[in-house]
Amino acid sequence: PSIPPSLSAGDTSVLAGLYGPSETKLSKELPDRAALEVLLRPKVGLPGVLERSREQQLRQTCEAVVLGVLHPRTAITLVLQVLSDAGSLLSCCLNAACLGLLDAGLPLSSLFCGVTCALSPDGTITLDPTARQEQEARAVLTFAIDSSERKVLMATTKGSCSVEEMQQCLVTAQGATDTIFQFYRDSLRRRYSK
Amino acid sequence: LSICFRTVEPLEYYRRFLKENCRPDGRELGEFRATTVNIGNTGSITTADGSALVKLGNTTVICGVKAELAAPAADSANKGYIVPNVELPSLCSERFRSGPPGEEAQAASQFIADVIENSQMIAKEDLCIANGKLAWVLYCDIICLDYDGNLLDASVFALLTALKNVQLPSVIINEETGLSEVNLKQKTPLTIKKHPVATSFAVFDDTLLIVDPTAEEEDLATGTVTIVTDEEGRLCSVHKPGGSPLTGAKLQDCITRAITRHKEVKKLTDKVIKSIMPK
Repeated sequence: PSIPPSLSAGDTSVLAGLYGPSETKLSKELPDRAALEVLLRPKVGLPGVLERSREQQLRQTCEAVVLGVLHPRTAITLVLQVLSDAGSLLSCCLNAACLGLLDAGLPLSSLFCGVTCALSPDGTITLDPTARQEQEARAVLTFAIDSSERKVLMATTKGSCSVEEMQQCLVTAQGATDTIFQFYRDSLRRRYSK
Repeated sequence: LSICFRTVEPLEYYRRFLKENCRPDGRELGEFRATTVNIGNTGSITTADGSALVKLGNTTVICGVKAELAAPAADSANKGYIVPNVELPSLCSERFRSGPPGEEAQAASQFIADVIENSQMIAKEDLCIANGKLAWVLYCDIICLDYDGNLLDASVFALLTALKNVQLPSVIINEETGLSEVNLKQKTPLTIKKHPVATSFAVFDDTLLIVDPTAEEEDLATGTVTIVTDEEGRLCSVHKPGGSPLTGAKLQDCITRAITRHKEVKKLTDKVIKSIMPK
């Protein structure tokens, strides 16, 4: 485990702790690659069905970038603790997860970042919405976009929208990733220049 | 010999077929398996208020809807509840152990809840009987009887047909006693506003998209995408839980196929509903 990175976007804050590659139980180990496990703990209450669903999405996103074949029969555990939620929680978790993976020094094929778009009833796209904007929106779309070719790693939608609106949101999200990846670079530079 | 090859090198076996643009079971890459649906009292659950049995190839999913009465929540006094629950018992596949629901069952339950919420297929206000006092709760239990891939498509379809089949008895609140009186003889069907249909794809080797994956194909795939559309061609849900990265154009292909699939499913549902209408 390394000093866990905590990511705050506005008032939304998520703490990520990464452990691994480490020893695992025989029942969980995979013979050809690392077994990734994600645990998402909400701010209040016990983890429920929503957290399980988010964990599955985060796990499969991380599995797509982590080069697990370099560490077979090991376990990589990612624990995310929600400190405060003021909107765009899933993308905050995605960004925290990626920074955690980077900080732990795990071999990755590319980086990824999470972007949330809210579609208001009149059609305007708001990036990184607050909780209030999310509630008033007609649809909220979250994408995980990779750093190498800006392709979509993960997509979730809430509410309904037309196909054109979804494509527009995707393009806007892809444009925003430059800022986020620059932020990754800056934070890592700061960390390693001490 | 091909059986040995299939067991030892399943991915290579599949790649040979995919190169020729087809799959081991004879389907094309964009072809669905045979879909059959059994609705209501014909072969499904007679004790439930609404039920449907859907078979997508070998994948068999049954959905039973029970309506019960409850007090509405304090912050939404005019809304009822719809509670979906997806169960993957160990009888459907050797990959599921008996015990508390695993991650796949919970993620599927959350997905169904999201589809119901996003598509607005039932207005929760319609389920309210008396503002602040009494409302209907629809418990939708979706149980997989045979798991051969593409659970989400079959579950959404089973849920939709089961809900179309639900007949709610009329409820009057007796003003003197304050108790509710349920009249089982007078039944009204539910108003289904939207008809969401899910289409799932599996991504192979980061490039190829195949529709309606079987369990074997899902294991070999590098990612999955599920698109839920309604009859107006609007997207109710784009569910891509990680897996290989896709470009916007590939997603667009998936959406186009999903819209075509919606029309096929709608035709099938209409035919089935018409066949059980009281003559």
